[in-house]
Amino acid sequence: MSKIKPRGKVPKKASVDEIIEIKTLIRHPMHSGRMKDKNGKNIPKRIINKFLVKFNGKQVFVMNLEPSISTNPYIAFPYKAKETGTFDFEWTDDNGEKYTMSRKMTVS
Amino acid sequence: MKRQKMIMISRRNIMYLLGGVASTALFSNYALAKPNLALKRIKEISKNNVEEIDLFLDVPEIAENGNQVKVSFDIDSPMTNDDFVKTVYLLADGNPAPNVAKFSFSTDMGACSATTRMRLSKTQNVYLLAEYNNGKFAMTKSKVKVTIGGCGG
Repeated sequence: MSKIKPRGKVPKKASVDEIIEIKTLIRHPMHSGRMKDKNGKNIPKRIINKFLVKFNGKQVFVMNLEPSISTNPYIAFPYKAKETGTFDFEWTDDNGEKYTMSRKMTVS
Repeated sequence: MKRQKMIMISRRNIMYLLGGVASTALFSNYALAKPNLALKRIKEISKNNVEEIDLFLDVPEIAENGNQVKVSFDIDSPMTNDDFVKTVYLLADGNPAPNVAKFSFSTDMGACSATTRMRLSKTQNVYLLAEYNNGKFAMTKSKVKVTIGGCGG
């Protein structure tokens, strides 16, 4: 199986009160539990069930994902820039694993 | 003689056409008779206190591939501490499970919008349910025609 790898795009610089768009993508199979493999066996359910975003330690956005979300979940959302800081992204897998990523942003 | 044969065929085609129309009417009735899980879920979440207004839900009218359908929404809200959208639910009535995603917003975001990609197993309605901080609910729906379904199995 291909490695699970989070990716994200956050503008490096922003001005105060500017609404920026953050785009994230994680490579993940998102097995819904309904698909079958080549031998006709059911592939067990394994999805990313939670996506959490923190800015300077404060929680700003949470998304709960269900099996109806596509393979390699893509999530884009807005954020109003106020101060320089770090975004921490966290994806939670069904098997309990967590994938994290952080990105810095400078606000002038 | 030849002409008569042609007429016969065309009459038969008409019968096929009529049959087709009748069966589609029948099947659409059947689809309506099935319980709408998404609407049921909306009623559960909002405790039957929901207003249908025109929120901006952007889904394609025709999705060729049901595996990757881009969904985005943008709800007009000032996103201040007094007036903001708390949670947004995305639901679909033709998928094996009605829930698609739940977004929890905060006032730090400055706007209430998001984009993601979802699976659609067949032609169906996609619902957007927004919960405001004052306890009000608003919903909208949009129909997506799916050429190839994307839920496996």
